[in-house]
Amino acid sequence: MTAVSQPAYESVGSPLSQLFSDGWIATRRNLIKIRRVPEILVFTILQPIMFVLLFSQVYAGAMNVPDYVNFLMAGIFAQTVIFGSTFSGAAMAQDLKDGIIDRFRTLPMSPAAVLIGRTNGDLVINSISMMIMMGTGWLVGWRVTTSVWGFLGGVAVLLLFSYSFSWVMALLGMSVRSPEVINNASFMILFPLTFISNAFVPIHTLPEVLKNIAEWNPVSALVESARQLFGNTNPDFPEPTAWTLQNPIITVILGIIVMLAIFVPLSVKKFKSISSR
Amino acid sequence: MTIIQAEGLTKTYKSKSGPVHALAGLNLSVPQGTVKALLGPNGAGKTTAVKVLTTLIKPDEGTAHIDGIDVVNNPKAARRIIGASGQYAAVDENLTGFENLEMVGRLYHLGAKTARKRAQELIDQFELTEAGNRPVKGFSGGMRRRIDLAGALVINPKILFLDEPTTGLDPRSRLALWEIISQLVNDGTTLLLTTQYLEEADHLSDDIAVIDGGKVIAEGTSDELKAQIGGHRVVVTLVDEADAGAAREILARHGDGTPTVSERTVEVSVVDGPRALQYVLSDLGQANIQLHDAGMRRPTLDDVFLKLTGHRAEDEASKNDAEMEKAQ
Ligand SMILES: Nc1ncnc2c1ncn2[C@@H]1O[C@H](COP(=O)(O)OP(=O)(O)O)[C@@H](O)[C@H]1O
Ligand SMILES: [Mg+2]
Repeated sequence: MTAVSQPAYESVGSPLSQLFSDGWIATRRNLIKIRRVPEILVFTILQPIMFVLLFSQVYAGAMNVPDYVNFLMAGIFAQTVIFGSTFSGAAMAQDLKDGIIDRFRTLPMSPAAVLIGRTNGDLVINSISMMIMMGTGWLVGWRVTTSVWGFLGGVAVLLLFSYSFSWVMALLGMSVRSPEVINNASFMILFPLTFISNAFVPIHTLPEVLKNIAEWNPVSALVESARQLFGNTNPDFPEPTAWTLQNPIITVILGIIVMLAIFVPLSVKKFKSISSR
Repeated sequence: MTIIQAEGLTKTYKSKSGPVHALAGLNLSVPQGTVKALLGPNGAGKTTAVKVLTTLIKPDEGTAHIDGIDVVNNPKAARRIIGASGQYAAVDENLTGFENLEMVGRLYHLGAKTARKRAQELIDQFELTEAGNRPVKGFSGGMRRRIDLAGALVINPKILFLDEPTTGLDPRSRLALWEIISQLVNDGTTLLLTTQYLEEADHLSDDIAVIDGGKVIAEGTSDELKAQIGGHRVVVTLVDEADAGAAREILARHGDGTPTVSERTVEVSVVDGPRALQYVLSDLGQANIQLHDAGMRRPTLDDVFLKLTGHRAEDEASKNDAEMEKAQ
């Protein structure tokens, strides 16, 4: 009998390099999933193309907004990346249900790694969507009128906002534990939230009650910052009354910092205690 | 040397129908290099116990150590030396068998090269070649189980936890898994496994802890447990079911407990087997009761369970299996 008194395989690397490696391994798992699950690709590639084409070609005439395509694109970007962030919620709930979280939690990996991997996955999905949408938008006449920095800044606020929102969704996913509930709730909350905003219609055209909601809606601030950075604003529109819309870029950066500062630690803490039923 | 030690573990869950005491003062001790089976019906607290020991949940009270490491206060150190496979196979459906195992190796921090080498070794050892290069989605429960089990063995762990490794498997897969587990055990790994199957505990383990209501209610080798409920049992099978009442009375007279009747079969536990059988047969003869069969047998673990808990274990297990099959 060969008694094995020590584990035959020892761990290598410093704690810091292990953290990076864990984060990468968890990210890679989600990248493989993006490649292999057709629904994700549909959502990432086809849906954005469809949205850009439908809104710019079907609604443009009826909208009565001058240069609607340039107005529209920031709205579609924002809506798409916000929905892209809900993958993290549904995926965490699904992983919990499948029991794979239990496997991870019995391994000596960093407790943040699974979440880092998951939110990175969303970031990749959203980056691909952004590129597809920008390409399609360009074909139908969307143009950035600022500078390269404005362009990069616009892409950055959209992606960073959605990245931090992924952490919010991840926490929700771990708390609700049901991918179906997460998907339905996202739909029920995020659809109105993105529509009662300046994403697809100018705010000043909305009826009074909706106008107030839309002005304070964080989605509006996100859309407005992207519009400003891309140079897609319309000087003829009346000045907004909400502070958040008057200072959209600061609002969005603050929002990103607050979301990360609250939801990264909360999500990691939650992860350390969850286990499948 | 004791390598798994748990003392006074309690864990209470809230539920709609009031608190559930999943663990109610569980004590456990497993010597290094041995196999311990936690045997109990559905809901006994087996999974909860394993989850505490594998750092998945914290107990409300009590302490647990593995290899001297406090699993509650130092989970990360504990995770470096254990391998665990939960009650439901935890594999990533979108990854191939190989990718699943390699990922586990990387997360044990074996390094890229070793992780790949080890994953391939396990694929070969567990005959997973078929699932090696295709996403796990679409493979049978038995295949997932094997991948999951292989995942628990990536570091050739000092201590291995398997929670109901064969529940829900068809008999052939179950036998194959038994084979694998027996081999592991020969390598000197300490194994704690849970099961609802008396036969499985008997077959695989050195030592059995019978668990019910979140507590260990009996402990020992399978022979010791059998001895606990006395010696033999006398069993008679009648020609005519109408005689069952009379036969029952006769067995009660010579037996050590209450006889059980199931259709034409009546049985009772007795202190002195051969002697009791003689008396029973002679009384049955005098009462003119015709016998189809008669004899005595050594008690099985099922009898142990019935005696200790007042309910049978196998019923629950087979009910559980039937449900699993329906669900699939
Ligand atoms: N997360 C949980 N929430 C509520 N009740 C639970 C939870 N986990 C287990 N239980 C309850 O605790 C008891 C013991 O469960 P468990 O440890 O899973 O038993 P076993 O593995 O032996 O079937 C059962 O009554 C079960 O319903
Ligand atoms: Mg269980």
